[in-house]
Amino acid sequence: MTASPTARIAVLAGGRSPERDISLRSGHRVASALADLPQYDTVILDPADVPLVEGIAAGSFDACYLALHGKEGEDGTVQRLLDLVGVAYTGTLGFACEVAFDKVLAKDVLFSAGVRTPAWVVIEAAALRDLGAGAALGRVTDRVGFPVVVKPARSGSALGVAFVEREADLATAIMGALSYSEAVVVERKVEGTEIAAGIVGSPAEALPLIEIEPKSGVYDYASRYTAGATEYYAPARVAPEVASAVAGEAMRSMEALGLRDVARVDLMVDRAGTPWVLEVNVSPGMTETSLLPMAAKAAGHSLSDLCDRVVRAALGRARS
Amino acid sequence: MAEFSIDPFVDRYAQRTAGMSESEVRALFAVASRPEVVSLAGGMPYVQALSSDEVQRVVREVLEEHGSEALQYCGGQGLIGLRRRLAEVMAEEGVRGDPEDIVVTTGAQQALDLVAKIFLDPGDDIVVEAPAYVGALSAFSAYQPNYLQVDLDEDGMVVDQLETLLVHGARPKFVYTVPSFHNPAGVTMSGPRRERLVALCREAGVPIVEDNPYGMLRFEGDPLPTLRSLDPHNVIYLGTVSKVFAAGVRIGWVLAESHVAQRFVLAKEAADLCHSSFTQLVTEHWLSDHDRWTSSVHTLVDVYRSRRDTMIAALTEHFPNDATWTRPAGGFYCWVTLPGYFDTQKMLAAAVERRVAYVPGTGFYPDDRGRQQMRLAFCYPSSEDIVEGVKRLGALLSDEENLFRSLQR
Repeated sequence: MTASPTARIAVLAGGRSPERDISLRSGHRVASALADLPQYDTVILDPADVPLVEGIAAGSFDACYLALHGKEGEDGTVQRLLDLVGVAYTGTLGFACEVAFDKVLAKDVLFSAGVRTPAWVVIEAAALRDLGAGAALGRVTDRVGFPVVVKPARSGSALGVAFVEREADLATAIMGALSYSEAVVVERKVEGTEIAAGIVGSPAEALPLIEIEPKSGVYDYASRYTAGATEYYAPARVAPEVASAVAGEAMRSMEALGLRDVARVDLMVDRAGTPWVLEVNVSPGMTETSLLPMAAKAAGHSLSDLCDRVVRAALGRARS
Repeated sequence: MAEFSIDPFVDRYAQRTAGMSESEVRALFAVASRPEVVSLAGGMPYVQALSSDEVQRVVREVLEEHGSEALQYCGGQGLIGLRRRLAEVMAEEGVRGDPEDIVVTTGAQQALDLVAKIFLDPGDDIVVEAPAYVGALSAFSAYQPNYLQVDLDEDGMVVDQLETLLVHGARPKFVYTVPSFHNPAGVTMSGPRRERLVALCREAGVPIVEDNPYGMLRFEGDPLPTLRSLDPHNVIYLGTVSKVFAAGVRIGWVLAESHVAQRFVLAKEAADLCHSSFTQLVTEHWLSDHDRWTSSVHTLVDVYRSRRDTMIAALTEHFPNDATWTRPAGGFYCWVTLPGYFDTQKMLAAAVERRVAYVPGTGFYPDDRGRQQMRLAFCYPSSEDIVEGVKRLGALLSDEENLFRSLQR
């Protein structure tokens, strides 16, 4: 048996986005999962602590595992920088990241590709400030109808998200979401079962669906990251034809947005069994309460297997 | 089908942990503590004012002269030598305390936990100020009390409201107050209110828990009597060396009537046997030189006063006209109240994006209040940072106001 050369992997985690803490948790989990495999030599780099370009040059890495969440990590910024530096990285290319991370752009792409996504309107801070968009707020009722979910366009982990039952509370929710982003998506709230579809590897494999049942009824930040605040079922407790429709919608979303290596698609299945795509994540959380590791486990893969598959996809590109 | 329980113990945890969850504010503070962010959030004492040489000398002396004692357990009440020094510290504020009635705790924060542990059964009423110190609310909440809130104004606790509660039959287990240089409100209870509060509580048989971390950090005006000195029998007094020496030694204390103090000793022993002998000895030695410790307090007062002035001037220059703030005569904090359409909790993300942080008002109430308020700390940042931070916040407030107006069209 010949020893294969080890690959040096920089796990990028931390950064300056509001998801810094989550990213550090993801990054440490990924790094220790990779450290369990003899073929990798792994280091964590926090771009908020070390100058990234110098750090990568000094480490002569074969690839970067992107465990950054939020702005600069998921929106194409770091991807384009790594393209410039000339080092391989896990996940999606810069432009596709930029589109997928921005709900305003991603919703349009999904809709155009025929993916079912709830009715929505966009409200932008600039339009409010300069174009008098506030006068059109009443149109939300006709276009979307209540209840709605108000989401910052460029943010993750449900930060800044608000559920609004009536028009009177809309302005406050929009102001709150605009705190995270310069635009918000106001989306019709779909009642039903919340499901996450993980996709991993190249070629892409759909992992078992995870059903999410937050005890508070709302899958918000606290429900996501407080262990025990949410019940999960894998595979999801839905009829086989529904599961296959969900997996199909997830795969189509991934293709429409040009995602690769690893992604998570969040959906709602309404009471009629119809799946609705809410959003996609190009850098899914890898924390102890995150959905993708759970889905991998349900498929019989360890976290090391999961991370290995993602890294191998990147290394394959680096070597070709 | 498999149910994935991330935490298999989830159904086994005590009810008292139900309120302990992750939050957006916690997530944002992970970014806010980055060095590039001007933080007006944390209430860290300016320990740089201490002479590092002097501290090193004291630590060396302790290890050379009392090495084996410093590395050993001690009694749950704390070392008698330190308790004598703590009595001297209190005497500076006119509090007479017998070292035998003092119990050393891990910061005043542990004293808050022990107070609740000793007095509270689930569902018991307690009176807190609104707003109240967030750390006290966290400590108390684990014992599942029912909060009765009494508002604050410029003269501290609105004692009339407490009287109304008592007249209507409320019999809280205790009244918790920070009478001097309140955290977060920055206000100080007036002399007449102190007298009335003490009289009311004595008459109703309700003990007062007086938390006095900032009392010695007075910038101007005459000192007011502590509640403890007005009624030693009915007031449980909490002190700390965090603001007069160092927060890192984690030395706080309780002064209470001996029968009450005895319960604190037992509760303290049950919690952690005893406080660190090492930091007790270091603190005792630091406090043994009266001129040394009081002169370093005077230095701190000068630093904090100047930073308070800087913050008030910056607020006047950069904050909107319809914002108001308290002007503390001591302590660490200004408490800002904004017009009703602001939500300081939601706005924190935008503030951190602009590299400035504060504490949203919501943490200081046990209910959903405080969205229009924020706590700004002037104790730790330099004057330049205070100006820059307030300026960034002012610009954000002005943008938020424009945004709000544009949403009202």
